[in-house]
Amino acid sequence: MAEQDTLRTATFPSGIASAGLGTVERKISADEPPPLPPNAELAVIGKSFPRPNGRAKVTGTDRFTVDMSLPGMLHGRILRSPMPHALVRAIDVAAAARLPGVRAIVTSASPDDPAAATLRYIGAPVAAIAAVSIAAAEEALHLIRVDYQGLPFVAGMQQAREADAPAVHDSATAPAGHPSGFPAAADLPLHGNVRGPSIVRRGDVAQGFAQADVVVEGEYGTQVQTHCCMEPHAILADWRADGLTVYMSTQFTAGVRQELAETFGLPLTRVRVVVDAMGGGFGSKSSLGIYGRIAVELSRRAQAPVRLFLDREEEQMDAGNRPGTWQRLRVGAKRDGALTAISLVSYGTAGIGLGAGVGNNAETLYSCPNFEGAQHDVFINAGPGCAMRAPGNTPGGFGIEQAIDELAVKLSIDPLALRDRIDPSPVRREERRLGAERIGWQRRHAPGADPGAVKRGLGVAQSLWGANVQTNAACEVRILRDGSVEVLSSVQDIGTGIGTVLAQTVAEVLGLRPDEITVRIGDTEFPAGGPSYGSRTTASVTPPARTAAWRVQQQLFHEAALALNAAAEDLVARDGKILVRNDATRSMSFREAAAKLRTDRISAVVSRSDDYAGFRRRMGDAAMAQQDLGGVQFAEVTVDTETGIVRVQRVVAVQDCGRPMNPRQIESQVHGGVLMGLSYALFEERILDAHTGRMVNPNLEQYKLAGPRETPAIDVVILENYQGQSATDAYGIAEPANIATAPAIANAVYNAIGVRMRSLPMTPAAVLDALGKIPARS
Amino acid sequence: MLNTPEFIAKAEPDGANSPTVGPDAAPIAMQVNGVTRTLRAEPPMTLAEALRGPLGLTGTKIACNRGACSACTVWLDGDPVCACMILAIDVGGRRVTTIEGLADGDTLHPVQQAFIDHDALQCGFCTPGMIMSCAALLERTADPSVNEIRAAISGHICRCGTYPHVIAATLDVAKARKG
Repeated sequence: MAEQDTLRTATFPSGIASAGLGTVERKISADEPPPLPPNAELAVIGKSFPRPNGRAKVTGTDRFTVDMSLPGMLHGRILRSPMPHALVRAIDVAAAARLPGVRAIVTSASPDDPAAATLRYIGAPVAAIAAVSIAAAEEALHLIRVDYQGLPFVAGMQQAREADAPAVHDSATAPAGHPSGFPAAADLPLHGNVRGPSIVRRGDVAQGFAQADVVVEGEYGTQVQTHCCMEPHAILADWRADGLTVYMSTQFTAGVRQELAETFGLPLTRVRVVVDAMGGGFGSKSSLGIYGRIAVELSRRAQAPVRLFLDREEEQMDAGNRPGTWQRLRVGAKRDGALTAISLVSYGTAGIGLGAGVGNNAETLYSCPNFEGAQHDVFINAGPGCAMRAPGNTPGGFGIEQAIDELAVKLSIDPLALRDRIDPSPVRREERRLGAERIGWQRRHAPGADPGAVKRGLGVAQSLWGANVQTNAACEVRILRDGSVEVLSSVQDIGTGIGTVLAQTVAEVLGLRPDEITVRIGDTEFPAGGPSYGSRTTASVTPPARTAAWRVQQQLFHEAALALNAAAEDLVARDGKILVRNDATRSMSFREAAAKLRTDRISAVVSRSDDYAGFRRRMGDAAMAQQDLGGVQFAEVTVDTETGIVRVQRVVAVQDCGRPMNPRQIESQVHGGVLMGLSYALFEERILDAHTGRMVNPNLEQYKLAGPRETPAIDVVILENYQGQSATDAYGIAEPANIATAPAIANAVYNAIGVRMRSLPMTPAAVLDALGKIPARS
Repeated sequence: MLNTPEFIAKAEPDGANSPTVGPDAAPIAMQVNGVTRTLRAEPPMTLAEALRGPLGLTGTKIACNRGACSACTVWLDGDPVCACMILAIDVGGRRVTTIEGLADGDTLHPVQQAFIDHDALQCGFCTPGMIMSCAALLERTADPSVNEIRAAISGHICRCGTYPHVIAATLDVAKARKG
C-alpha cells in the first residue's frame, strides 16, 4: 500500500434522511474504500436480512458455553461467603480433598495473605473445587471447614455514609478507579465509605441560579438492577502443556485472552478464547472475572478441562449489577425556558466496587452555561456492580429528564417545546418531531385531568450516549479460489446479530448475497474484533470489514481485468458478476474470476481507521466519535389510582445509530432496551436485607421482570443519519435504546396522576403511597 | 444446590418405573423425539439434566432451574412443561418432544421458520423453550388471539426482549395456516 499516506477528497452523504440529505467532503486515505451511498441506493446494507445463525438457534443446535463438553471434563463449583464481612482465620480443605471424585481445589480467600483474607459480601468466593460431577463438587464444598471471624458490616447506602459506619474498605483495598473515568475516576479522596466527589464544573452555577426566574429541585432514587442474563456466566477451561484454550460466554474474546495471558504468564500465542452462541451479557460478561480465573486455575491443577457455570442464585449475588443511586438535581431557567444553571449531587453504590455515577446526561443534554456535578461512590457490603446497559446514564436520565419535565410544568411550556428551546441537537429535534406525530402528542391532557379511577398519561424523555469505537478492532476477508468468501474476526455475537451485519457489509462490496458469505467469528485465532460493550461493535468492526472486502476485491479485479481486457478501475461487482462499467457485454461471474487466482486464496486484514473527521476523545484502544447518539422516547400509560398499578400501553422509541445496517435486528435491540427500561421502571429491584446483608430475592420469580403480559406496543423509529465518518458510517444502538424509557414512563405517570414518582421501581405500593392512599403507621 | 429432591415438584407418578429406585443410578427408558432412549438416572436427576447430559440434547436450556423462567420447556405427551421440574425417573412412558425433535427432517416447523423470519430471537438462549410453547399453543388453538399468545408464553423470561417479535411470529403462523 504505497499510497497509504496519500489523501484524497471524497464526497459523502450527510444528514438525516427523513429531513433531507446533503453531502460532506472528507479527506480520506487512498486505501479507504469510496464513500458508501445512502441505504436507498444499496443492494444489501440497510435491508433486514435474517441471521445466518438463525437456523441453529431455532433448532437448538447452536452451542452455548454451558452446552460445551470435552473428554475427561471436570465440573467446578465455588464455595461462597455466608457472611457480609468476615476475616478468614483458617481454612481446611483436607476432608474435601479426600472425597472420591475431587480432582483439584483452589482457595481464593487465604488466611496467609492479609489482602485475600477478608470477605466483603455474601457470595464472595472463598474456595472452589473441580470434581467428576457437579454433585461431587458440591458435596466436597460442604466438607471445606472455614473459620470465619465476623466483622461489622453495612448493607444500606444511607447508613454507609454515616461517620461511624463500619468501613467496607480501607485506602489499601479500595478499588482505584481508572484514568478514563470508567468505571470511576482515579485519584479521588476516600472518607469512610464515601469516595469522591468526582467534580465537573462549567461556568458559575451560583450566578446561574441568581439569574434564574424559576428553579426546580428534586431528589431521585434508583434501585439496584441485576443483569439476569439467561445463560449464566460460564467458562470451560482447557489447560494443556502446549497452551490454554478457554470457551467462555463473553462479550470480549480478545480482552479475555489478554487478561488470561497476563494473569497466567502465558504468551498470547498460547492462549485462545472461543465463544460460539452467547446467551446475553448486558455488560456483565466483559472480563475474565474471578470465576474465570478460578476455572482456569482448577484446570491447570487438575490437568483436565474444567467447566464452571454459576447457578441463578450466584448470578444474582455475584455476577455484577447496576448500582443504586440517589441524586439531587436543581435546574434554573429564564421565563422563556432558557437554562441558566444545573447542579447535580449524586451518591450511588456499586457494593464493594466502583461505578455508581449517574453519567453525563445532566451535564451535556441541554445548552446551559453553568453546570456543576459532584458524584460520589459509596461502598457497602454487597456484591460488586459492573457496567449494565448504558451505565450511569440510565439512572442519570431518570433524574434529569424528570427535572426538565417538572421545569416545563412550572413554566407552563409543553415539554417538547421546551426541549426545542434548550436542546441544540438537530438529531433529537427530528426525533421529537417524528415521535410526537407517531404517539399522537396533541392528545396529551393536563396532569391528572382524566376523570375516573384509571387515568391515562403521555410522557416523553430524551437521552444521549457516546458513539464509541474500538480503534484496534480488525477483520479479515478472504476470497477462495472456488469463489467462496469468508469474513473472520474474534468479534462475538452476544445476540445482537453482528454476524448478519458483517455478511451484509462484505456482500454489498462484492456484489454477492449475504448468505454467500461465511461468517467466522468468536475465536481469537482470527483478527481481534473488539468488545461487544459500549454499543461499539458495529461501529468498530463493520468499517474494517468493508475496507477489507474492498481491498481484496481490488486484487480480484486485477485478475478479472486481464480476462475481460479492461482496466481494473473500470470494473464493478453486482449480482454475483464482475462487469465492465458502461459495457454490459463484457462480464464474468464472481466464481469465474476467483478461479483465475494464482493462489488458493486472497486475503486482506484491516484494522479500524480513525473516523474521517477525527475523534473527539481517545482512551487507549477506545475512542469517541464527534457526534453523540441521541434518542427520544414517548410513553403512554394508564395508572389505576385504586390499586396503584401502572400499565404501559405504548412506547414510541425514536433512535439514532448512524447508518442503520439491518433495520429488523435494530428493532429487536430497541425492543430489548425499551423492555429492560420498562422493567427497571416498574418491577426490578435487588432487595438486600439490611440486618443480614443478604439478597432476599436471588432468583427469577421474586426478582420481578417484565414479561409478555407487561409488554406494551412498541413502535421503533430509526433515523438514517449520515455523517461521513467511516467506511460504513454505522454506530451502536443497544445502550441508547435503554436510557429514556424509565423517565418517559415516569413523566407519563406524572401526566396521568399529577404526582411525581421520584424513586424506582414505581410499584403499586409506591404509587399508592405517592397518592397519599397508604395510612401512616403509628 | 437447588436440584435436591425436596426442591423439585413431583411429576405425576407413572408406575412404569419402580417407585423404590435409588439411591444409586437406575436404568430407565424414555421416548424422546420418537426414539426410545435408555440412560442411567440417579433419583434427583431432572428431565432437563437427563436430556442435556446423558442424552446429549443440549437444545433444552436451564436458566433458573426452579420453574421460574420456562427456558427448559419441552413437551410431555404434547403438553409444554418445565423439564427442570420433573424427575427423569417420573417421565415413564410419556412421549418427550424437545426442540431437536420439532422439525420434520430438514423442514423446519412453521414456528421455527417464523422465528427466523421475524427475528424473534436475539441471544437465543430462551428461544428453544419459547418455540416449544408457541408451537404447543398452535397445536391446541388454531387461531390464537394476541392475549392467548401472551398467556402461552407468560412463564417465559427473555432478557433480550424478543416478546414483540415472538408474538408477531406466532400470529403469522396462525394466519398462514388459515390460508
